[in-house]
Amino acid sequence: MGKIWRISGPVVIAEEMRGSQVYEVVDVGDDRLTGEIIGLEQDKAVIQVYEDTTGLRVGEPVVGTGEILMVELGPGIVGNIYDGVQRSLVTMMGDIGDFLLRGARTDALDREKKWHFTPSVKAGDEVNEGDIIGSVPETGLIEHRIMVPIGIQGKVLEISEGDFTVEDTIAMLEYDGQKKPLTMMQRWPARKPRIYKERFPPEDLLVTGTRVMDYLFPLALGGKAAIPGGFGTGKTVNLQQMARWSQTHLNIYVGCGERGNEMADVLYSFKKLRDPATDRLLQEKEIFIANTSNMPVVAREISIYTGITMAEYFRDMGYDVLLVADSTSRWAEAMREIGARLEETPGEEGFPTYLGSRLASFYERSGRVQCVGKPERMGSATVIGSVSPPGADFSEPVTQATLRIVDALYSLDVALANKRHFPTINWLQSYSLYSESVDKWWNKISPDYTDVRNRTLIILQNEAELEEIVRLVGPEALPEDDKLLLLVARMIREDFLMQSAYHPVDTYSSPERSHMMLSTIIKFYDLAKELSESGMLVSEISALKHVQRISRMKDVPHEEFEKYVKDLRADMEKMTIEQEGGM
Amino acid sequence: MESLQLFTRQTKAISTARRSLLLIESIPGIRFNEIVEVELGTGETRTGQVIEVGKTTTVVQVFGGVSEVDLLNSQVRYKGETLKLPVSPDILGRIFDGSGNPIDGGPPIIADSYLDINGIPANPASRMPPAEFIETGISAIDGLNVLVRGQKLPIFSGSGLPHNKIAAQILRQAALRGKAEEFAIVFGAVGVSYDDAAYFISNLEETGALSRAVGFINTASSPVIERLSTPRLALTAAEYLAWEQDLHVLVILTDITNYCDALRELAAMRGEIPSRRGYPGYMYTDLASMYERAGRIAGREGSVTILPILTMPDDDITHPIADLTGYITEGQIVLSRALERKRIYPPIDVFLSLSRMMKEGIGEGNTREDHNNVFMQSYAVYAEGNYLREISTVIGSEALSDRDRVYLDAADRFEQEFISQNEFTRRSVEETLGTAWNIFSMLPREDLKLIQEEYIKKYLPEAPKA
Repeated sequence: MGKIWRISGPVVIAEEMRGSQVYEVVDVGDDRLTGEIIGLEQDKAVIQVYEDTTGLRVGEPVVGTGEILMVELGPGIVGNIYDGVQRSLVTMMGDIGDFLLRGARTDALDREKKWHFTPSVKAGDEVNEGDIIGSVPETGLIEHRIMVPIGIQGKVLEISEGDFTVEDTIAMLEYDGQKKPLTMMQRWPARKPRIYKERFPPEDLLVTGTRVMDYLFPLALGGKAAIPGGFGTGKTVNLQQMARWSQTHLNIYVGCGERGNEMADVLYSFKKLRDPATDRLLQEKEIFIANTSNMPVVAREISIYTGITMAEYFRDMGYDVLLVADSTSRWAEAMREIGARLEETPGEEGFPTYLGSRLASFYERSGRVQCVGKPERMGSATVIGSVSPPGADFSEPVTQATLRIVDALYSLDVALANKRHFPTINWLQSYSLYSESVDKWWNKISPDYTDVRNRTLIILQNEAELEEIVRLVGPEALPEDDKLLLLVARMIREDFLMQSAYHPVDTYSSPERSHMMLSTIIKFYDLAKELSESGMLVSEISALKHVQRISRMKDVPHEEFEKYVKDLRADMEKMTIEQEGGM
Repeated sequence: MESLQLFTRQTKAISTARRSLLLIESIPGIRFNEIVEVELGTGETRTGQVIEVGKTTTVVQVFGGVSEVDLLNSQVRYKGETLKLPVSPDILGRIFDGSGNPIDGGPPIIADSYLDINGIPANPASRMPPAEFIETGISAIDGLNVLVRGQKLPIFSGSGLPHNKIAAQILRQAALRGKAEEFAIVFGAVGVSYDDAAYFISNLEETGALSRAVGFINTASSPVIERLSTPRLALTAAEYLAWEQDLHVLVILTDITNYCDALRELAAMRGEIPSRRGYPGYMYTDLASMYERAGRIAGREGSVTILPILTMPDDDITHPIADLTGYITEGQIVLSRALERKRIYPPIDVFLSLSRMMKEGIGEGNTREDHNNVFMQSYAVYAEGNYLREISTVIGSEALSDRDRVYLDAADRFEQEFISQNEFTRRSVEETLGTAWNIFSMLPREDLKLIQEEYIKKYLPEAPKA
């Protein structure tokens, strides 16, 4: 046991700490605040404290726990709301009320609740680390697969079906003459990546339901992406949409240094919204980590690791997991603050020089892998982080360090936000390196996907060039074919790229639906070109009822959609014939 | 331990006095962040705060600076406490300074309890998403940038723009629709001129709102350090009124720019490494620790709504103060110098303004069924008109089509009739929406693409006005 020697904000130095280890968790002071040792020198330990240090005194006790910071993994984790150090905020609400008093402790997993465990191995079987030995129906959407913890193996002496708490013994192993009881709960150090057998490049689309992402800049399962954008560009809404509708098995939402009201909004909406594929409450496939901007800064730093460890754990069960982190800039700022307190030599804009490597090692924990253990299975963890560049200036260190590591960029645009074009993903600046690898996936939906996508991007590029000219000569001075291109580009923007997160139908667009919408617009372009060549003015074309019908496509309910588009397309063909007939 | 403290709570062992800092030989039991009194040889007393404490040395920042501190006779007394505000229902109707002392000539507050001015963060799981529409009577806000209870919505202004008038108008007019309930008002003036502070107070007096208001005033001539405590005192009072007294509280904090400059000044005195434009790297977190005190809590009656006002240096919205605020608050009301020059009051730039909580607060049951459609169509029309305005400055309006000229007119009318209104006019949300519909009626009907057909039938005025 040591004693506090110096206090400077969230950083505390304790003396008489011989025998401690770096990253060991310690209880600091009479109130037993949670801290973590981040450096040792002689008998002194430098500790970052996860709670407000106001009122601490020199000489108060510091007690080591002998453990590094662990994440508890087991049934009860899905649907829960945690703070950065995995204290259950739901439990705390019941225990200490509506405000987060210091020194409060809760278990991450409910110790009382019983879960029904069904084994998938039997006595006499040999099991190894990572093997699935049974499962628990944790929610209506997640079957929690119980795995042999890493580092453990042996022969199953006994295992039985029944109702157990996470601490009850569900199976007894024997290895080398030693007996080893297994429970449904395991623990893993947050800062250490979990192991896998082999890593593979991503190749399947992560269906987000957001058209501009899925169609133009697809993200792949196991990929990593960033969403930078100035304030008001809708970073948080974008991420919330992804956490809501992504067709993954499980989503983890890390609110890192962001708004409390928005967090409340997310939590409430997940209690009401239903998964489009299964009609179950979204809450049943979601884990929340909430460390709002007014909660202690240091806990932001660890919240990201707590989240990614959970993502890896479910990946190891053979699931596709998405982790969204909002915002990585606040995480970086937490590092900057600790760095400054430690009087480290700062890098660019005061950020620590290890900013880039920390970001990289976080994003690198994503991936599509073959999991450890039997039965053989693939799992993936996809990571997407928002970045909040000061003054929407993308040249700042966090954005730049992030761009070096991610493979997809969704660049949010203040100008689009001011025009109320949402989502504000800029189609000229965003990119995805996964687009080629998921082509195969898309071509199963439709063989002409690649063609439609490429033509769309070219139309939008041409529009940007024409816009410059329009600003000089006015729209009326353009030749007819350019006017038509502008009309179609506008249709692509307003009737396809724009998508309302708040419209009950438009909020989620399946890949099939997205493809039908966009290919209809492109089809219209081809037919309208013929009309234009045969003498029809673009002002007349734009007044065609078909244009308006195309603009209504996005609101057509899913069950009527196919017929709506089929009819529309048939009528579009006729509009050609009528015109030619009239000539 | 406790008895030990009694006779060791003061010391003369000051080794260094530099800038605003004192280095003092440590005595046992000093608490991090606790408040100290520094008694000078002259008998004058200053307040300070422990900003670092070690076994041998304690660092104290003295509010008001270290001038006249001498190392022989000055004495430091530790108070064992952080800054606290005495509260009771009697704080309503009172005015305090930036240390929480009454300055209205009234008696001191007999406290029911003392609250730490830094507050305690609310559990995110206990929060309730804000959703109740506040009618401010200002069309540009009620129609397009709706304010709801529990929201934090700043006014981004510039020097010389009428932010005080707008804030005072909101204070006078804000009410929930159809309910007689009135807001309690907490007013925190940070480093503002005496005249600005007096303007708000006389405004509250004239409307009789002073009896349900609390003021905390730190004028430009008051100590700089109190600029950091003033908004926190105000928010502590607001939280007390909301969470303990079940009141709906509207907090005005002005001017956050002065607050941030004070933060920078004190950080520089400590020799901290500065971030953008010299402001400390933790300014986001520091501002969040105040703004995040807005909200609603499930199962509690009251609410805290915060309207911070800040003046953007050089009207620059990317300046760190505006920028970091925008990242924390749920939108912003941005004032425009261009509109001000056109003599439009309130000069609210609706493109740069935004309310993130809007969708929750509008529609049937809150405002009116067509609100969202009208909101979207208004933006579209005004944006189109503005775009054409821009083009026509280059190519001349003769080169535009007839349809385009209608949009130019619509944009003008939007500014003249919708955004513009009298400082003392309180428009109901129906009047606000009606004004928009009047403008829509001059457009070709098929252009109203963003409005559902049934609303067009119901609300579009019959004969378009010439």
